[in-house]
Amino acid sequence: MTTEASQVGWSRDEMAKRVAIDIPNGSYVNLGIGIPELVAKFVPEGRTFVYHTENGLLGMGPSPDKSAADPELINAGKRQVTALPGAAYFHHADSFAMIRGGHIDLCVLGAMQVACNGDLANWSTGEPDAIPAVGGAMDLVAGVKSVYVITQHCTKNNEPKLVDRCTYPLTGRGVVNRIYTELAVIDVTSAGFALVELCPGVDFEFVRRCTGAPLLRR
Amino acid sequence: MINKRVNSPADAVADIHDGAAVMIGGFGEAGSPIELIHALIDQGAKRLTVISNNTGSGEVGLAALLKAERVSKVICSFPRTANSTVFPDLYRRGKVELELVPQGTLAERIRAGGAGIPAFFTPAAVGTPLAEGKESRQFDGKEYLLERWLRADFALIKGRCADTHGNVIYNKTARNFGPIMAMAAKVSIVQVNSIVAPGGIDPEVVVSPGIFVDRVVEVSQPKHESDLVAAGATYP
Repeated sequence: MTTEASQVGWSRDEMAKRVAIDIPNGSYVNLGIGIPELVAKFVPEGRTFVYHTENGLLGMGPSPDKSAADPELINAGKRQVTALPGAAYFHHADSFAMIRGGHIDLCVLGAMQVACNGDLANWSTGEPDAIPAVGGAMDLVAGVKSVYVITQHCTKNNEPKLVDRCTYPLTGRGVVNRIYTELAVIDVTSAGFALVELCPGVDFEFVRRCTGAPLLRR
Repeated sequence: MINKRVNSPADAVADIHDGAAVMIGGFGEAGSPIELIHALIDQGAKRLTVISNNTGSGEVGLAALLKAERVSKVICSFPRTANSTVFPDLYRRGKVELELVPQGTLAERIRAGGAGIPAFFTPAAVGTPLAEGKESRQFDGKEYLLERWLRADFALIKGRCADTHGNVIYNKTARNFGPIMAMAAKVSIVQVNSIVAPGGIDPEVVVSPGIFVDRVVEVSQPKHESDLVAAGATYP
């Protein structure tokens, strides 16, 4: 099951840690379900992030111990969480006003494909028997100020997830700002994918070959 | 004297008619009004249109309503969850229609319905398959989609505490769609753990003002969907 790309580079935790380094102190942050959730483990010393979960909580904290658990205090992935001091609850229309209204600074999402023009596909493979489910992804990418993607560089079948044009149904058009993979940090620029940083021990040529669109070295 | 208290979940849902549009609160199990949904199953109304973020899990609550084939259409953002098999099965067999709506658009359509705004423009879903067939317009150089309000005949909601005037407060993230659904339905029905006399809730902390709430019913120890699913429960 391991791929050429996944044998080298950062672990998932290291990828999440690398994302956290780029988040300014005091940011309001929405983390998607899956690998993005790991980012919360790596808040750099001296910084505070306020986590937003679209089901109605600002100031989300880690999973509770059993005594504090409440099945009605959950995150968007429907896992039990806690509310930190300074937290607030609100209804769904207010929650998405925070998102669409540009009040959330940053979201970190998973991806099936990201195109070099910033298009994101992360909700459906478009297969005919799939049960379509979109959740809040389309609202997040349409309204949050910066959209970061954290993803493996290639699929399990070793196909690039960073592509020239998405073939899966889009979540949003031209919405992704930056991508974190196990191999590199890559910006989406008006000229296409541009390398920001290589994982130590990974060479540029290798990343370029694993990427399905031209990769600029700045 | 205003007294919106009704005696039982069965009384609260007695007049929900065949073909009704019913908003059902909850995000996953948080805020899912299971006792009201079970009363609706007992009551027997069919060909319902259900407006809810999810489609339930296991074979209790919303999933049980679907399993009983009382629902002909679901308007929803995320119709699958862990332990969610009822809806996918019905959908694949063509037994239920799905209108898939981005979650924020769903919330705003409901809010708009309650606020008397028949349509609005949103940036969500522009350039995606969910924009197909929708009117779009540019404002200040950016594209937006026209979305219609959503209103319903009834709303089934779970709160924590209400007074007899229908003022409601909620529990943590169980608030989710409750306050906006209460606004958008002709008849809003809220189950709560306790009902108090007017003055029993500080007006400063009321979340749903009583004008949006028609009936309150006490369910002092509501069941949690995850406990029922873990126990292998089914309904009826």
